[in-house]
Amino acid sequence: MNRPIVLAASGLTKDFPGVRALDGVSFEVRQGEVHALAGANGAGKSTLMRILSGAERPDAGEILMHGRPVRFRSPHDALRAGVAMMHQELQPFPAMSVAENIAMGREPARGPLGWLDKAAMRRQARDLLKRLEAGIEPDRIMGTLTAAEMQTVEIAKALAWDSRVLIMDEPTSAISSREAEALFRIIGELAGRGVAVVYISHKMDEIFRLAARITVLRDGRRVATRPAAELNPESLIALMVGRELSAPQAGGQPPTGELALEVRELRQAGAFEGVSFSIRRGEILGMAGLMGAGRTAVGCALAGIEPASAGEIRVSGSPVRIRNPRDAIACGIAWVSEDRKGFGIVPRLGVKENITLASLRRFCYGPVIRRREEEQAAAAQAQALSIKTAGLDRPVQTLSGGNQQKVVLARGLLAEPQILILDEPTRGIDVAAKAEIHGLIRRLAGGGRAVLLISSETEELLALSHRILVMRQGRISGELEAQGAAAAQILRLAMPD
Amino acid sequence: MAFPSSPRWTGQAGLILALVALGGALSLATPNFLTVPNLINLVRQISINGILAVGVTLVLLTGGVDLSLGSLVALSGVAAAHLAQAPGAVAFPALLGMATGAACGALSGLVVTRGGVAPFVVTLGMMTVARGLALVLSGGRPVSNLNPQFTRLGGGDVAGIPLPVLVLAAVAVIAHVFLRHLRFGRYIYAVGGNEKAARASGVDVHGVKLFAYTLCGALAGLAGVVLAARITTGQPNAGVGYELDAIAAAVIGGASLAGGAGGIGGTVLGALLMGVINNGLDLLNVSSYYQQIVKGLIIVGAVWLDRGKEK
Repeated sequence: MNRPIVLAASGLTKDFPGVRALDGVSFEVRQGEVHALAGANGAGKSTLMRILSGAERPDAGEILMHGRPVRFRSPHDALRAGVAMMHQELQPFPAMSVAENIAMGREPARGPLGWLDKAAMRRQARDLLKRLEAGIEPDRIMGTLTAAEMQTVEIAKALAWDSRVLIMDEPTSAISSREAEALFRIIGELAGRGVAVVYISHKMDEIFRLAARITVLRDGRRVATRPAAELNPESLIALMVGRELSAPQAGGQPPTGELALEVRELRQAGAFEGVSFSIRRGEILGMAGLMGAGRTAVGCALAGIEPASAGEIRVSGSPVRIRNPRDAIACGIAWVSEDRKGFGIVPRLGVKENITLASLRRFCYGPVIRRREEEQAAAAQAQALSIKTAGLDRPVQTLSGGNQQKVVLARGLLAEPQILILDEPTRGIDVAAKAEIHGLIRRLAGGGRAVLLISSETEELLALSHRILVMRQGRISGELEAQGAAAAQILRLAMPD
Repeated sequence: MAFPSSPRWTGQAGLILALVALGGALSLATPNFLTVPNLINLVRQISINGILAVGVTLVLLTGGVDLSLGSLVALSGVAAAHLAQAPGAVAFPALLGMATGAACGALSGLVVTRGGVAPFVVTLGMMTVARGLALVLSGGRPVSNLNPQFTRLGGGDVAGIPLPVLVLAAVAVIAHVFLRHLRFGRYIYAVGGNEKAARASGVDVHGVKLFAYTLCGALAGLAGVVLAARITTGQPNAGVGYELDAIAAAVIGGASLAGGAGGIGGTVLGALLMGVINNGLDLLNVSSYYQQIVKGLIIVGAVWLDRGKEK
């Protein structure tokens, strides 16, 4: 067991605006070891992996490779030093051949012009793929491969760089269970050859099957590093969740208002199916789940961004069809995306223009904008949400993240919706703004609106929701009363298997 | 609020300064620059490019581009000229010219929005198609013998101000009001600034883009009519390269090829700056070969300075 340590990190700290993603984390992998990294959403796993693979630089702490300090300025640096990362979503060059993908960045070439030696490239690819016992032709075009084949190519690429550490982020999320078996065999072989594998997964059976040791992260700190044999799924979940949160008595009595939104057997191919729930006026319904469980897709379907392919939606008792965002807005549904830069702000437009964008028609006389009324409405919203800006004409991109988020919320609210869908409404914003937004969500529900709160933060869900739905792999896996619900229960329902 | 559209105007301070400095330098360098006839000539020279630049600004704001403008100038000029051979016809040929441009613009817009083909490609195709149509329609020969009332559109003046200049002024004012005060104008900025967010806010993104291409085409048609009137013929070979001058003016004026930034004020100033440089170099007897080089450097330099300011 005391094989040499290949990669060691100590005291890694990383701050993002408003959050400390990593706080003095130390981590090490030994030669030939499969080391699992576990933690709930937002625990800091991705940040740690990004730092170890050179995609991000730590604010403090150091990384040792074979005992010598290294500084990765880019993923390429890390790759040269022997650390390869396989992303959850692979990033190949789809129009190039398998051989070209494997050789990317260190193509065999001759002469001062860098004349590519394609024969050598193909030979190298064939050798590596044979080592992996994969029957993939080096000349095939990357884009035509299955997800599992792409992974194999990605592993071959890591081998081409003679990597000593291979980091895999949820490698089985996009492949079938048979393909997963092949992957596990390859992982076993790599470890046998002395490659250290860092394995990130939410799947308990995989973790316990593959890993020799498990490191658990929580809230940006390392909670434990233990031999897998000393843990079982229950105790691992307990470590991931930590202290049992005494659920703050947020929602109080479950509201008994009339049903605002009913969803029956909603389905969207490849994203979710069989999703049914209802929300009453005045109620905050929390929605928990791991990334990719289908929560965001449900929100997008209700907002008309990516309409559901089947199922029934009723608003205040009447069936409605939501085919595009305009339908949703007409139904009184406001949606605040988790992707603020994507679906939220129009960065160069002013604060005022951003706030009124979804309800501009109201401030128009025919086609003409009545500027004074528009200004008054925007000013009122800005005041109600205490948006801090040097002026309503300032481009919204000059505001802080929290204030940008409030602008997006203000836009949704100005349309006077009856139903609010909030996807990660406090992601990436500072603590003070977060508390303000929490207060606002409570007030909105108190005012009779129905709120669907999608969040990866268990504390946020427990603090605000009346009930909590948990999604797992595209389905609703359970429903909890928020009062008395515990973080561990939510996580258990969210974890596959 | 306390900051009335301040961020928009500060962006143009540099441009105004450059114009004033250049104008001052030219006044000192040559006695002919700061004279009424020369200034009138200058604004007349920029009127066609100005009209096209205003049109292409609308499309650039949505994040698109229109490379077919020069060809649309020729096509609509030829179309209008055919009707303008009839004695006394003015409104009818002018409207037909604009409608021709609008139809071509709408077609480009449809392929861009419904077909999802990149604007660069669509309008590159339209550039060739429209040029071909202009040649077919005219048999490859200039359409001449236009009635004098029609040609007044290009050569006439009101109180000493050339009619093409008045047309440009009207177009610029209307477009400015449209962008600043109408809902659709706001939507153009929103679509170019963040298409996904605009759609999520219920904006009819396809409709907005289609409208911008159509309007841009109509303005190219108008430019074609004015040009035909000024040179008293419908020339199937007219307007080659005009689209690039128009885009240059818009970009010098602060429009972004990525969309969402720019405005009519900046675009008109950009066209004016290009006009002053051309005029000045003419007066200084610099050969038109060198003028090209200077113009190219100015385009890149202006945008470079603009980028530097943002950091």
